[in-house]
Amino acid sequence: MNPIARQFLRDANAKAGDRQHRATVQRNIGLYDAAVARGKARFADWSNGRARLAQIKWDVVNHLDQYLEQFERQVLANGGQVHWAETDEQARQVIVGIARKHGVRKVVKAKSMTTEEIHLVPALEAAGIRTLETDLGEYICQLRGELPYHIVTPVMHLSRQDVSRTFTEKLGTPPTDSAEELTGIARRQLRQEFLTAGMGITGANFAIAETGQIALTENEGNIRLCFSLPRIHVAIVGIEKLVPRVEDLALFWPMLATSGTGQAVTGTNSLVGGPRCDGEPDGPEEFHVILLDNGRTRLLADVEQRDALHCIRCGACLNACPVYRTIGGHAYRTTYMGPIGAVITPHLRGLNDWAHLPYASSLCGACSAVCPVNIPVHRHLLHNRRSATSQKAGGLQAVFTVWRWFMQAAPRYRLGGWLARWFSRRGWAAPPWTDTRELPIPPAQSFRDWWKNQ
Amino acid sequence: MRVALFIPCFVDQFFPQIGVAMVQVLRRIGLQPEFPADQTCCGQPAFNTGFWDEARPLARRFCAIFEPYDAIVCPSGSCTAMVRHFYPELLGGPAAATTKTFEFTEFLVKELGVADVGAVFPAKVTYHDSCHTLRELGVKEYPRKLLRCVRGLELVEMAAAEVCCGFGGTFAVKFPSISTAMADTKIESIRQTGATHVVSTDSSCLMHLDGYLRRQKIPIKTLHLAEVLAAQ
Ligand code: SF4
Repeated sequence: MNPIARQFLRDANAKAGDRQHRATVQRNIGLYDAAVARGKARFADWSNGRARLAQIKWDVVNHLDQYLEQFERQVLANGGQVHWAETDEQARQVIVGIARKHGVRKVVKAKSMTTEEIHLVPALEAAGIRTLETDLGEYICQLRGELPYHIVTPVMHLSRQDVSRTFTEKLGTPPTDSAEELTGIARRQLRQEFLTAGMGITGANFAIAETGQIALTENEGNIRLCFSLPRIHVAIVGIEKLVPRVEDLALFWPMLATSGTGQAVTGTNSLVGGPRCDGEPDGPEEFHVILLDNGRTRLLADVEQRDALHCIRCGACLNACPVYRTIGGHAYRTTYMGPIGAVITPHLRGLNDWAHLPYASSLCGACSAVCPVNIPVHRHLLHNRRSATSQKAGGLQAVFTVWRWFMQAAPRYRLGGWLARWFSRRGWAAPPWTDTRELPIPPAQSFRDWWKNQ
Repeated sequence: MRVALFIPCFVDQFFPQIGVAMVQVLRRIGLQPEFPADQTCCGQPAFNTGFWDEARPLARRFCAIFEPYDAIVCPSGSCTAMVRHFYPELLGGPAAATTKTFEFTEFLVKELGVADVGAVFPAKVTYHDSCHTLRELGVKEYPRKLLRCVRGLELVEMAAAEVCCGFGGTFAVKFPSISTAMADTKIESIRQTGATHVVSTDSSCLMHLDGYLRRQKIPIKTLHLAEVLAAQ
């Protein structure tokens, strides 16, 4: 087993036995489930909506070259600048380069998993540029020195009391139980920073090919401040984030919000179209879009699995996943955790190191059932498993070769079955099973024996 | 109509009483099912673990053995799903067996239109939706309909009926602590109903839950739905 897989097992084991963690997460996801059920009831036909989103994303992913070029042309026409980054390293260099060129000392950063993916904050800090998380959840993560626990709700694992304790420890504020007060504390800390930051960095929920705009979804209003107050706005956008038309948002926005939080639409939705033009009162002086590949074209090349690029990062499959609920988001040690993370991480970061994730699933299919863009998530886990065994079969190859020999003829199968029952009657134990569970009591005769003797 | 019994290897060797119960119910409603004795395993363990080349010859074998029958009935949603939904992908195209293999409750209620099989089982029962029965086959109402017709039986719903029990085949031994924690969560939900029995359509989920219940000395019994329907 490779060290990454070993670490995963250690972390997962620890969390699986942590009942406090389980209770907090179950409670938070219980609230989410109830909100989503109410949200879905607002749709005349949710499954039709899923089919429509899947169709739009299929079109995008299968004509990605055309849509990307169209998007680039439009951004340039709007006065923005476009940078293509093949790797995370290139993306970091571009962003640090822009900051240096303008002498930026402080950056305000919006919530964005893509910035997590390219490890942007450490790179900026290393370049001497102070970087502040402005999303409440990410801000709490930053104070605690933790990574996001979830792609939509970064501190889903914390209770209000946990947050209050963190604030008291790090900011010296008095303890409080009120969510409003906690938000107020963060807001007061951050407000000043927006006014003095030289650059704002955001991600994008969607990039619109026909207009060259990016769409940003949030509830707190901090993202809007990130791109409107500082002189420079940099948006980092995964190349799969495209949608063809503005009108597509009419369905993507509500379905993303409903799957993400149960809301009809999120509190604030912005369309950003470029730098401030002559005569406009506000907006940044420069608008940069970084189009990030970082392994996505490898997934694109895989015809069988490229629909994993349809993902709009709503987080629904994480919340639905009984494994995620049990081991939590940190055990994965990936930017994208949960079922979709287990599908795409082996593509983005290498199957050799990450093959354990597709196996850490009971294949219950709850992920696929909730996905608003109809990705057959659990089937892709099976595809990853198949790819893993054909790349490196390991000791299991022998097991399944023998198994197949037994299963290919009824007499051999009968012998195998008889042996299995004989061994288990004699208390032959498989510790990974018997450490926590009893084995079934083997019967004296099989069904086929009964059938013959009846 | 020639009806074939597809008895998964697992049921055949470790839970024969489930197969027997299914035969009793089918005979009671006037069918004479046959048991093609050449059958072994549908190939799911290899397929799910990633060994598709090992699973493929077993899928071909299955299709050939069950070719002559009009309907194939199976007391497992998981093995039915393997044949119906995963064989076409594994074999690179549709096969006749895929469209005529039915999970037991689906066969009774949807194919035959039978809901009352004359069973008597006086107990408070909760139903666990096995993942493959529910999400691969879309079967949710049939088992409940059958249970509601059982005399003396009180059906109570648990909050987490649709949540996985944590078995997942090799997952249960590759990641025992996660798998066990999932069983623990599930059993908490079962306990809250006050049911004395938990019933399902897949013996693998039941084996998992039963193994944990017995280890924890919790006096809740697991039963396959066929066993409840066979009781008189
Ligand atoms: S795979 Fe589907 S459910 Fe999961 S985050 Fe992506 S869009 Fe949401």
